[in-house]
Amino acid sequence: MTEKEREELEKEYQIWEEKLKDLPQCSLPLFNTISDIPLKIVYTPLDIKDFDYLRDLGFPGEYPFTRGIRHTMYRGRIWTMRQFSGFGTAEDTNKRFKFLLAHGETGLSVAFDYPTLLGKDSDDPMAKGEVGVCGVAVSSLKDMEILFDGIPLDQVSTSMTINGPAAIIWAFYLITAEKQGVPFYKLRGTIQNDILKEYIAQKSYIFPPEPSLRIIVDIMEFASKEVPKWNTISISGYHIREAGSTAVQELAFTLMDGFTYVEEGIKRGLDVDTFAPRLSFFFNSHLDFFEEIAKFRAARRIWAREMKNRYGAKKKESLLLRFHTQTAGCSLTAQQPENNIIRTAYQALAAVLGGTQSLHTNSMDEAWALPSEKAVLIALRTQQILAYETGVVNVIDPLGGSYYVEYLTNKLEEEAYRYFEKIEKMGGMVQAIKAGFPQREIAEAAYRYQREIEEKKRIIVGVNEFILEDEKLEIPLLRIDPEVERRQVERLQKLRKERDNIVCEKRLKELKMAAKSNENLMYPILECARAYCTLGEITNALKEVFGEYKEEAFF
Amino acid sequence: MKKKIKILIAKPGLDGHDRGAKVVARGLRDAGFEVIYTGLHQTPEMIVNTAIQEDVDMIGISILSGAHMTIFPEVLRLLKEKGATDIHVFGGGIIPDEDKEKLYQLGVGKLFDPGTKISEIVEYINNYFKDKS
Repeated sequence: MTEKEREELEKEYQIWEEKLKDLPQCSLPLFNTISDIPLKIVYTPLDIKDFDYLRDLGFPGEYPFTRGIRHTMYRGRIWTMRQFSGFGTAEDTNKRFKFLLAHGETGLSVAFDYPTLLGKDSDDPMAKGEVGVCGVAVSSLKDMEILFDGIPLDQVSTSMTINGPAAIIWAFYLITAEKQGVPFYKLRGTIQNDILKEYIAQKSYIFPPEPSLRIIVDIMEFASKEVPKWNTISISGYHIREAGSTAVQELAFTLMDGFTYVEEGIKRGLDVDTFAPRLSFFFNSHLDFFEEIAKFRAARRIWAREMKNRYGAKKKESLLLRFHTQTAGCSLTAQQPENNIIRTAYQALAAVLGGTQSLHTNSMDEAWALPSEKAVLIALRTQQILAYETGVVNVIDPLGGSYYVEYLTNKLEEEAYRYFEKIEKMGGMVQAIKAGFPQREIAEAAYRYQREIEEKKRIIVGVNEFILEDEKLEIPLLRIDPEVERRQVERLQKLRKERDNIVCEKRLKELKMAAKSNENLMYPILECARAYCTLGEITNALKEVFGEYKEEAFF
Repeated sequence: MKKKIKILIAKPGLDGHDRGAKVVARGLRDAGFEVIYTGLHQTPEMIVNTAIQEDVDMIGISILSGAHMTIFPEVLRLLKEKGATDIHVFGGGIIPDEDKEKLYQLGVGKLFDPGTKISEIVEYINNYFKDKS
């Protein structure tokens, strides 16, 4: 745009804006994004004044990857439809996996129960009432073998949502593959293994930050040599968002966590290009449609720029922000649950327009329970309809060039950099977490959002408007039989009797020795797994050396 | 001067979903109650001990993990064992209706669903103490 053209446009815009003054406009709901970015009624070239196509967007598959990480995007391959699932015993979940694969799912994603997420065995006193309830119980290699029984691990990619005890659960998986005759180098999948967001949001931490980061670098180093197709960390904004953050906070804290892992790897002396290509991301897709799309686009651009300029990555793969998306669990309502199908469909569309590599769509009943088979099938069908019926896969980044979307992408990026600066001033993410900074920012945003709903500044259908009086829940819920806990505990106790306990003791002792040295812990953990040491035993051995993390309670 | 109503917001079990607990704790504080928050990963023993030590009037338990049928009865049992049945227990989270009925019969106070307004909880607490006095 020439200077003259711009002046002309500005003049015309002012004339147009003048006309708005006399027209009625509602004052509610809020005309702000969920991140509280105030919005104009319309966007024009004036809002992206310095726009430079090649610098800001580039072509798909080309730096800075704003439009997508692949040249062909969904024409080359549809995103992976990956439904997070796990409940009850390993047998129950194995059955659900086979059901999903039979109906066209293309990747597996394991949800573990709370005891497992915290490195506790199913017979731990703290596990009472929680075994197999929020996910599947995996206390040893034995459970993992059952979980993947009849599923050839060289043919599926498996994502595992596991963080505190990621190294141990991954070791169970690796040995399961070995027993199936599948070599490590053929395995594809992801362990979440993002401990920083645990301290920030999801709170399934075990050890303090420093030893946790050491284990993560051990995993990155081990994988780059032995399991080269494995995604070693899924740097996650999802849980940050679920805890109540804004889109800006999700973007900023997640990328900052990512930078921290990169810096830790470099500090160990690893070449950034050996591990960066295996870092992947995981974002939330919430209700604010355009803000979400802008968030995904901004994330790709920032990551590529920082990896190249700040961390000196040379390989193209190191610059790519590959990501999984899950629709926002926290946006599901307990009221009129069928409405959640519609919410999820819009959120899924935002993820696809934002260029996601894989997607989980929530089921309508998930504000109440883990999804029933019927509900999860509708959720999967939502993705298939999007992929095969709507035509949105035909053209890459179809919103690229929209004045509004480009403005919002720039704005989110700018706000994210503001957070980066603040956190760097605090001495980096680990220090910021210890000071409770991201935790407080999120709690503040969650409270603001709740107040906006209570004051009806934001309308949630069925919750604060369009309410059904005396609503009765009419969808069937999945219930976990308390027998699950008994059966699981029984199996674990049988294992403890049948395995070679002398070898177990020896392996655990070797692990503790390794933990005190600088040795890569993956090797001794694999040996523990092979000997059928349990998750709790291995975790406790490491706790003896590393201690436990406790967070300060505040609200 | 009348003593402020004192409430312990408790987060039992292994569940880390503390968004609701924190939002409610803050909302109740802003509504004029005295609020203590336990933090995460509390056992029923820890919750009951804190409640007695802090001399609270009510315990509000936030639970989204599905372990409610284990946690609530245990908290009630411990309160009875320690002679502290004057402390009223209520809660919120993901609790299906049929479980709610069972827990109400055991003597648990109101169980709030996701999507509840803080003002409804405030009203419930005020009514509870109005009825008592």
